[in-house]
Amino acid sequence: MTDQSLIRNFSIIAHIDHGKSTLADRLIQRCGGVEQREFRDQMLDSMDIERERGITIKAQTVRLEYKAADGRTYVLNLMDTPGHVDFAYEVSRSLAACEGSILVVDASQGVEAQTLANVHHAIEANHEIVPVLNKVDLPAADVERAKQQIEDVIGLDAADAIPISAKTGLNIDAVLEALVTRLPPPRGNPDAPLKALLVDSWYDAYLGVVILVRVVDGTLTKGTKIRMMATGAAYEVDRVGVFTPKPKDIGTLGTGEVGFITAGIKAVADCRVGDTITTERKPAAEALPGFKPSLPVVFCGLFPVDPAEFEHLRESLSKLRLNDASFVYEPESSAALGFGFRCGFLGLLHLEIIQERLEREFNLDLIATAPSVVYKIHLTNGEVVELHNPADMPDPVRIDHIEEPWIKATILVPDEHLGAVLKLCEDRRGIQKQLTYAGSRAMVVYELPLNEVVFDFYDRLKSVSRGYASFDYEIANYREDDLVKLSILVNAEPVDALSIMVHRARAESRGRVLCEKLKELIPKQLFKIAIQAAIGGKVVARETISALRKDVLAKCYGGDVSRKRKLLDKQKKGKKRMRQFGEVEIPQSAFIAALKARDD
Amino acid sequence: MPPAAASDEAFGLYVHWPFCLSKCPYCDFNSHVRERIDSDAWASALVREIDHFAALTPGRRVTSIYFGGGTPSLMDCSATATIIDRAAARWGLADAVEVTLEANPTSVEAGKMKDFSAAGINRLSLGIQSLEDESLRLLGRRHSAREARAAIALAARTFDRFSFDLIYARPGQTIAAWEAELREGIALAGEHLSVYQLTIEPGTAFHQVFGRGDLVLPPENEGAELYHLTQAVLGDAGLPAYEISNHARPGAECRHNLVYWRYQDYVGVGPGAHGRIAIDGVRHATRQEKVPETWVSRAMREGHATVESLPVGRDDAVTEALMMGLRLAEGVDGARFARQTGVALMDAIDPAAAARLVAGGFLERMPAGVRATPAGRAVLNAVIGALLD
Repeated sequence: MTDQSLIRNFSIIAHIDHGKSTLADRLIQRCGGVEQREFRDQMLDSMDIERERGITIKAQTVRLEYKAADGRTYVLNLMDTPGHVDFAYEVSRSLAACEGSILVVDASQGVEAQTLANVHHAIEANHEIVPVLNKVDLPAADVERAKQQIEDVIGLDAADAIPISAKTGLNIDAVLEALVTRLPPPRGNPDAPLKALLVDSWYDAYLGVVILVRVVDGTLTKGTKIRMMATGAAYEVDRVGVFTPKPKDIGTLGTGEVGFITAGIKAVADCRVGDTITTERKPAAEALPGFKPSLPVVFCGLFPVDPAEFEHLRESLSKLRLNDASFVYEPESSAALGFGFRCGFLGLLHLEIIQERLEREFNLDLIATAPSVVYKIHLTNGEVVELHNPADMPDPVRIDHIEEPWIKATILVPDEHLGAVLKLCEDRRGIQKQLTYAGSRAMVVYELPLNEVVFDFYDRLKSVSRGYASFDYEIANYREDDLVKLSILVNAEPVDALSIMVHRARAESRGRVLCEKLKELIPKQLFKIAIQAAIGGKVVARETISALRKDVLAKCYGGDVSRKRKLLDKQKKGKKRMRQFGEVEIPQSAFIAALKARDD
Repeated sequence: MPPAAASDEAFGLYVHWPFCLSKCPYCDFNSHVRERIDSDAWASALVREIDHFAALTPGRRVTSIYFGGGTPSLMDCSATATIIDRAAARWGLADAVEVTLEANPTSVEAGKMKDFSAAGINRLSLGIQSLEDESLRLLGRRHSAREARAAIALAARTFDRFSFDLIYARPGQTIAAWEAELREGIALAGEHLSVYQLTIEPGTAFHQVFGRGDLVLPPENEGAELYHLTQAVLGDAGLPAYEISNHARPGAECRHNLVYWRYQDYVGVGPGAHGRIAIDGVRHATRQEKVPETWVSRAMREGHATVESLPVGRDDAVTEALMMGLRLAEGVDGARFARQTGVALMDAIDPAAAARLVAGGFLERMPAGVRATPAGRAVLNAVIGALLD
C-alpha cells in the first residue's frame, strides 16, 4: 500500500483535439509506464472508435510513479474521463475520484465550450486546477491571449499556467512537479469501514466485468466479500490491481488509491457508476453521496436493413449492453421497417457511438429512425405518460397538454459568425439568456428545446460558423408547448417510422419538405401514389407521384431468357429492401433520406 | 423437375452467325468484326453441333429454323443450305417449316437474295431500323434509306414472307416525325413488322455516349406516348401487336419467335447460343461457348461447344414462362404452363397481387389462362415484378 501522503489523483480536462491524449501519452512515457517498444499513440483509448474519433468513451486510469524534485517517489493516478456532455454523469464520477485536474487549453485556439462545462464540474468537485497551455510550439499559439481567456471566460487565475508542447515534450516535468506540489493528497480514513467509489465498469472477454474504483476510506483486498450499496449485490473479490497502463495485480488498494477489481460479475448492469462498494462483514454506515442512475434522454428505433438480421441485432445489443449499461432497448415493430428495437441513449454522441459500434463490431447494417426526445404527455384524466416514440402518441382528445425537455446550451463563437449562430438558435425556438464577449469571441447561453437540437443542430452550428463554434449543453427542465404529431400517409396509410413530434408552428413546412423529399425518393409504380402530411385528421401537405407509364424490355428472345430472368431475380432480392404499404412499395433508402430531410 | 414439353409441339432451331461488317452502337448481341472468315469451316462446326443436339433430342421434328446474328446474310448461301439440309437429315422438317434469315439491306445482300431463297430460306427479316439517312448514320448502319426501300421491295418479290425492323424513340425524334416514318414503313411492309424502342444496353458504344449525356433518350412520358401511338397506328393498319414489339396480320406471326415466347423447346447452335430442350424427359437450359474462335475449335474437336447444360428448376421455369408468355397478346396458356413448369398457373402467381393487377386493368384472366392487357404490357416489368413477389 502506498503512503497516502505520496498519492496524487488527477484528471485531464480538455476540448477535443486540444491534446489531452498526447499529454497523457507524454506523462506515461516520462514516468516509464510503458517501454518504448510497446508505446503507441493514444495509449489510454483502447477502442478503435475512440482512437479514430479522438475521443474517450470509457474512463481509463493509469498509475504512474514519479520521482519528484524533493527526492520522494509519488504515485500519480491519472483518470482519463469521457469529455462529452452525453457522459456528464460519468465525468462527474471520475472527477469525484480525484483531488485535482490539469486544464489543457490549446494556445492557438483558446477556451472552448466543452472545456468550460467540464471545468465547472471540476470546480464543483473542489478540484485544485493546474492550467496548461498546449501547442505553444505552433506559430499560431498566443499564450497571453489564451491566459486572458482562461481568466475572462472561466474565471481562473492563469498567472501560473504552464506553457507546454505535448507533442515535443516541452515542460512535461513542470507539469508533473505542479501535480505533486499543488494538488493535495487524498483525504480519507484508512481505519474506517471500506467505502470505494465505483467509477466505471466494462466487460472484458477474459476477465469478465472489470470495475474501476477509488478507495475513499479503508482498504480493499483480494478475497474480501463486497457489497454494492445501491444494488445490494454481493461478490467476492478475485483480483485487485492497477493499470500501468497494463493491468498489474497488487492484492490491496489502500485509502486514496485508484485501481481495478474483478469479482466474477457477469453483467455491467449490476455495477452502476457512482455506486459505493463496501464490505459484507463491516459495512459502511452510509454510501458516498451523489449516486444516481443515468437516464436516457434521446430515443430512436434501430432496425436491421435485412429483416433476417433481427436476432443478430438482439444478441449484439445484449453483448454491447454488457459493456455499457447506460443505454436501454426494447423490441419494437414498425409497419415500415419491420422488427427492431427502440433504444434510449444518454445523448446524440452516445447514440452515434452505439450505432457505429453495432455496425462495426457486430457487422450489422442498420436503419436508425429520427431521434426523439422524451415527452411528458399529461392526459385529461390527470395521468402523465412518457412518450419515447411518436408512433405511440395517445389519442389527442385524451391529451390535456404536452411537455418537452429543454436544455441550457453554451456556445462559444468568433465574433464574425455570431449573427449566424444567433439566427440558428432563434430558428430553433431558442431563448437567449446571456451574451458576453471575451476578446474577439462571444459566449452565448441559450435555452433551447432538446427536440430542436437532437436532429442536426450540431452539424448546422458547425456549418454556419465554418467549424469555429463550440457547443455544450445540459438538460434544464420540462416545459409545456404546442406540440403535435405530424404523420406521413402514403395512399392514406400512415407510415409509422416517419411520424415526428413537432411544434405546431413548424408542422406545415416540415410536412411539405418531407412530402417533397418522398416524392423524389419513391420510384414510380403501377399505381398513382398520394403522399400526405397530416396533423390528426388534417392534411397539411400533399404530393402525388404519377403512375409508371412505360417499363418493358423492347427485346426478349431465346438468348435473353436466362439473363433477363436473373435480372428479375435480382429485382426480387432488391424488393426485400422495399416495404409494402398497400399497393405502394417504398425503398428503405427513401426512409433513411426522408429522416434526414430538414426544412431549413 | 418440370416435365418435358410434348413432342408434337413446336421445336425451333436457332443458328447464330456472330460476324458483322461493323458493330452498331446500340447492339449488345454477340457480334464480332473479323477480316476474313472461313465460311466452310464455320458451316462444318455448326453441322457438328446440329448432330450433337439431334442425338440428344430424338423424335423431334423441326418446325422453324432461324439464322440470327451478327449478320447471317454475310454467310455463303451454300453454308445456309448445308445447315438446313443437315437439320432435315437429323430431325426432319415439318411440312410448313419456317426458315428465317436476318439480313442487312445493303447491295451485297440484295444480290444474294435469290440464292438464299434457293437454299431453303423462306422468310427474310431485314434490319432496316430507320427510313431516314440521318438516323441511319446515328445508328451506325451501313445502308442508306434508298437502299433500305430497294431491299424491302426485292425481299417482297423474292420471299413468301418477309419482315423488317424499325427503331423508334431515337434521340431528338418527335412524335410527328415517328408517325410519318411509321406510316411509310406500313406502306412498304408485308404482313410482319418489328418495332423496337431504342434502349441503351451496358457494354455498347451508346452506353458511354448516353452515359456522358452527349445524347439523351426521350423522357419516360414521351417514350410511353410513342409506344401507344405505335400500337394504335399499327393496329389500325391491320398489323396488331402479337408481342410487345412485334406486329403481324393474324396468322403471319414469326413462328420461330413464338417458340421462345410460348416457352417451347428450341436448340441453339453457334457461339453464345442458348437453348431450352428436354433431354431424357428433363428440361435443360443450354449455352454454347461465346468467343467465336474458341467455339469453332471446340465444336470441331469435341463435336459441340456446350459450356453449360443445366436442368431448369421449377421456380426458374415459372419465372421464365411468365416473363416470356406475358409479352404475347394471347397471354399464357394455363394447360401449357402447367405442362412446362409442373405448377398450376394460378398457384404460380401471388393471388393478392393478381387481384390488384386485374382491378388496375393491367392483367386479364381468361378461360384458358391469363394475359397482360395492352396497358399492362407497356409496364410489363413492373407487372411481372408484382406477380412474382
